Amino acid sequence: MGVKPPSSNFSKLIPYLLLLPTLMYLLFFVGYPIVYAVKLAFTSESGSLTLSNFRSLTSDMYFWEALKYTFLLAGVIIPLQAALALGVSLLLYRGFKGANLCLYVFLIPLTISDVAAALIWYNMLTGSGYLNKVLLKLGLISQPIHFFGYAYRSMEAVAIVVTEVWRATAIVFVILFAGLQMIGRDYIEAADVFGASTWQKIRYVILPMLKPSFQSAIIIRTLFAMQVFAVVWILAGRDIPVLAGEAYYWQSDVRNPHIAACYALLVAVISIALGWMYLKLFKPRYLEEGR
Amino acid sequence: MVEVKLENLTKVFGKVVAVDHINLTVRDGEFLVLLGPSGCGKTTTLRCIAGLEAPDEGRVYFDEEDVTYLPPRDRDISMVFQSYAIWPHMSVYENIAFPLKMRKAPASEIDEKVKWAAELLRIGELLDRYPHQLSGGQRQRVAVARAIVVEPKVLLMDEPLSNLDALLRVLMRSELKKLQRRIKVTTIYVTHDQVEAMTMADRIAVMNEGRIMQVGSSTEVYDRPENLFVAGFIGSPRMNFFDATVRDGELDAEDFKLKLTPEQARALSGMEGKTVTVGIRPEHIYTPDSAKGESLQELDGTLDFFEQLGSDTVLHVRVGGKLLLAKISGRYTADLGSRIKVLLDLSKLHIFDKAGRSVL
Repeated sequence: MGVKPPSSNFSKLIPYLLLLPTLMYLLFFVGYPIVYAVKLAFTSESGSLTLSNFRSLTSDMYFWEALKYTFLLAGVIIPLQAALALGVSLLLYRGFKGANLCLYVFLIPLTISDVAAALIWYNMLTGSGYLNKVLLKLGLISQPIHFFGYAYRSMEAVAIVVTEVWRATAIVFVILFAGLQMIGRDYIEAADVFGASTWQKIRYVILPMLKPSFQSAIIIRTLFAMQVFAVVWILAGRDIPVLAGEAYYWQSDVRNPHIAACYALLVAVISIALGWMYLKLFKPRYLEEGR
Repeated sequence: MVEVKLENLTKVFGKVVAVDHINLTVRDGEFLVLLGPSGCGKTTTLRCIAGLEAPDEGRVYFDEEDVTYLPPRDRDISMVFQSYAIWPHMSVYENIAFPLKMRKAPASEIDEKVKWAAELLRIGELLDRYPHQLSGGQRQRVAVARAIVVEPKVLLMDEPLSNLDALLRVLMRSELKKLQRRIKVTTIYVTHDQVEAMTMADRIAVMNEGRIMQVGSSTEVYDRPENLFVAGFIGSPRMNFFDATVRDGELDAEDFKLKLTPEQARALSGMEGKTVTVGIRPEHIYTPDSAKGESLQELDGTLDFFEQLGSDTVLHVRVGGKLLLAKISGRYTADLGSRIKVLLDLSKLHIFDKAGRSVL
């Protein structure tokens, strides 16, 4: 006689019971707000169904600016971060004296909140800030470089890029470096033996094998870039509008939750679309053709 | 193809001396096996020859050229890794073509050579597949095809068969050997498997604790081991060892005495009264009906245990305080604990001094 598995009804329920707290949390703190946001976006103040919120959204000059700048910032910041993170990962992977110390130092910005990071860089770059003082002292400039104010919008953009790269490159790096260490040394040594130069090793072996990690890192960074807010708000205010900033502006300053909800929904839809696109785009060919 | 010469090669990892002043010459076109237990330094030696490891001392020569500090890519070598290391994101074709591509061969030549190597290893119909769609044996063939496609100066193999199942391993043993004969490339092959070494090698270099213990053909290291380590490492079941004192033309092993042949007596003439280690292979101990040879000595013992191996039987015979293993061909059955006579072939004795060096 074989041993029968225990078949009480209770043991069948255990997985569901264990999942219940998480499900409840998701339902009340994620599910409900989403449904509520959709409702807000598609209803007027009187409560009737309408598309007028989206109409007034698209007729607002700031909306198009926000859309433009959100994508522009993401388009500049993410490639910069990817390149920088890849470079540092490869350097640390090669190994040198003090590599571990570098690793820890490089991760410090990861522990600092975005608000704090923005304030640090604001103080550094402001007219009487650290950077200008040093440059003036060295005699490299005679007038302080202005980074802030509507008249210097392009410099504000530079400050945002610098802050975001400083603050969030580490997360890309962590993912790429972990991925790099997953690649067996044998694969890279085989490339060595069969005549590949350093660049050929990176191009033909390391990068293709790092693709899954790249995918994860870029998806995460893109999703965060679509939500970029605190750094932009502190360094540039509405000089450089972004989608999440506009949502905040309409909710807190104008007190129009309907338009704010439209922005929030838009951010969500764009994020989902981009995430899906990346998954399609980056899917490794050699895995797709398998069973 | 070249002659590979190692001169005082030494590699230290922290406090561990992995390779300890090795001197070795691998002849042009030779199939040399580095054989030894795990941790003996054989893989590190191979990696120094590949250039994947920089030696702390000593030199590596390919013919007259000193390649000690040349990077792997400039050495014109190929390697089959234990893990195969065929790149998962490249098809079989791309994997095999890679060494040619790095050497900037024209596309037509690449195509021709990839197909030649694939045919040779009978993986011609797998060229479009990816590694994860292949079996272990097929991956191994891809790794070998990639290694021979450029006709390297030296072919290095690091336990290439250890991840295959037993049946395939036996098959690939002869195939690799035949392939090497055909392309006549100087080959250095690392393994811990003595059967692999014995069947494939032109010469075997037996290693232990970072040193080479003996270099010779498989029959040389088997028939005339130069030291206790080689005697004990090569051969299965292991050689029987016991201590004995040289006295009046005899070896006194306390439980029994063995009469020396005139030749042995001459070799041991200066060792009167000294203790030596005596070794005899299990197949040189017979039962009365399987006995052959002239200088046989009969011993009385009891049967402790026996192992039926199908074609052979290994008998564990207790003689006084010593346990001797005898390997006889055919079947044997008897009650455990029963009395048994065994005959030692005295002409096949190996005798080692206190330092473990062969004195015969």
